[in-house]
Amino acid sequence: MNQKGSSARVAIIDYGVGNLFSVAQACAHAGMTAEVTSDPARIQAAGGLILPGVGAFGFAMAQLARLKLDTAILAAVDQGKPMLGICLGFQLLFDESTEMGSARGLGLVPGRVTSLAESLRATGHSGVARIPHIGWLPITQPSHAGNRDLWQGTLLAGTAPGERLYFVHSFHATPTQPEASLAEADYLGFRYCCAVSRGRVFGCQFHPEKSATAGLQIYQRFAAQLTIT
Amino acid sequence: MARNLRIIPRLDVKGPNLVKGIHLEGLRVLGEPKIFARRYAAEGADELLFMDAVASLYGRNSLLDVIAATAQNVFIPITVGGGIRSLEDIAAALKAGADKVAINSAAVADPGFIRKAAERYGSSTIVVHIDAKRNRTGSWTAWTDNGREPSHHDAVEWAVQAASLGCGEILVTSIDQEGTAKGFDTALTKAVSARTAVPVIACGGASSPDDVARLGHDVDIGAVSIASILHYGIAAELEREGYGFSGAGEFRVVAEKRDFGRVVPTTLAAVKQAVLAAGLDCRPIAGEEAA
Repeated sequence: MNQKGSSARVAIIDYGVGNLFSVAQACAHAGMTAEVTSDPARIQAAGGLILPGVGAFGFAMAQLARLKLDTAILAAVDQGKPMLGICLGFQLLFDESTEMGSARGLGLVPGRVTSLAESLRATGHSGVARIPHIGWLPITQPSHAGNRDLWQGTLLAGTAPGERLYFVHSFHATPTQPEASLAEADYLGFRYCCAVSRGRVFGCQFHPEKSATAGLQIYQRFAAQLTIT
Repeated sequence: MARNLRIIPRLDVKGPNLVKGIHLEGLRVLGEPKIFARRYAAEGADELLFMDAVASLYGRNSLLDVIAATAQNVFIPITVGGGIRSLEDIAAALKAGADKVAINSAAVADPGFIRKAAERYGSSTIVVHIDAKRNRTGSWTAWTDNGREPSHHDAVEWAVQAASLGCGEILVTSIDQEGTAKGFDTALTKAVSARTAVPVIACGGASSPDDVARLGHDVDIGAVSIASILHYGIAAELEREGYGFSGAGEFRVVAEKRDFGRVVPTTLAAVKQAVLAAGLDCRPIAGEEAA
């Protein structure tokens, strides 16, 4: 379809939240031509999109709406463009968050985002739950995978179960259908969803751009998807 | 799963050089920071902490210059501290490739800066750095300006206040122990950990892998930051390999003096083995982590 140069271009969505530099560096490392942009037209024209983000869910959604980026994202996904949501960008894929009251998300994946500390307390954990939760955590296939390899055909294809990736977060997402969870992590015994894949949309709670070789491989797989269009 | 402990090499930088002192004073030049940084990233460091000894963020050979040179091929989290005074400084640090900033003096001068910074960049981006010095009474005072000026804050109370203002982590350095390799100030670390619910990074005094593991086991901390016991081994190795480095004239150059004090060099691998042996969770050393 498009000439090779334009189809390999990825739009890193700039909505005034978080650190885009390391995402851009990782894209460059994986051979992508990355453009940091808050222009809906540039997002429509890109071969794929990355939604990064750090900070508060409600503020992030308000920013996306103000810049008309929410509709641009949904339109690009509708067109079948690959999308990577990272950390807050992963949480924004879901229906809603309870962070500071309640806020609607992009609704690309049914489910909600809630406080990690509260979830941990609900499991009966009595000690201090230090928030944000920070660390290199092993990610595993969820129990509903059984003997199947859920990661096949996703951005985690080739990642070894138990591989460690870098997490820093205070909230976590729970898909409405447990089967929608692609990978799980563990905080002091509480297991939670840390990646989802739905159509060509992939989201992860961890930061692949901060996760050394294991993370850069995820960017490389995303880069390969861009050119297959 | 057991509690996770991160190991964070700390690189104190003055101008273009990696330096190391004792009690934050008497700085000696060890080499080029990015060489050490890349080595640590390749050896499985969980994060890197860069601290500017003279709080000079900008210009040629400044800390941000060093960060930019490092971040191009180091894909692990990088924290920058020393001289972060404004939201613009934070923006500049993030743009240079940092993921978090560590704020000390500017937060003491204006605690509201912590809240503003956390609101703008997210709590997880903001680390409050406390340089703590023990008093005769058994409490600790927070010092500013890289250990040169005492503040009016009790270090533990200041940690509580900083956490309540929205910082994502607290880095607590014991000035008394820093650079001495005589062990951590465990009581200080314990006091800060017990009064806060954000991850605490302990720094200052690491003498051995077991020392790090013991602190991580005994105190609920998220990370330990270490310097001398890692740097001196690499500095000596670079010198043996004939790595051409000449330090700036105003410092004693370790490669010439071989003055490592009582520090017994070790490796990240040995530190992580000790942490795992103590029953804590820790990202094990992967041989091929070089980006």
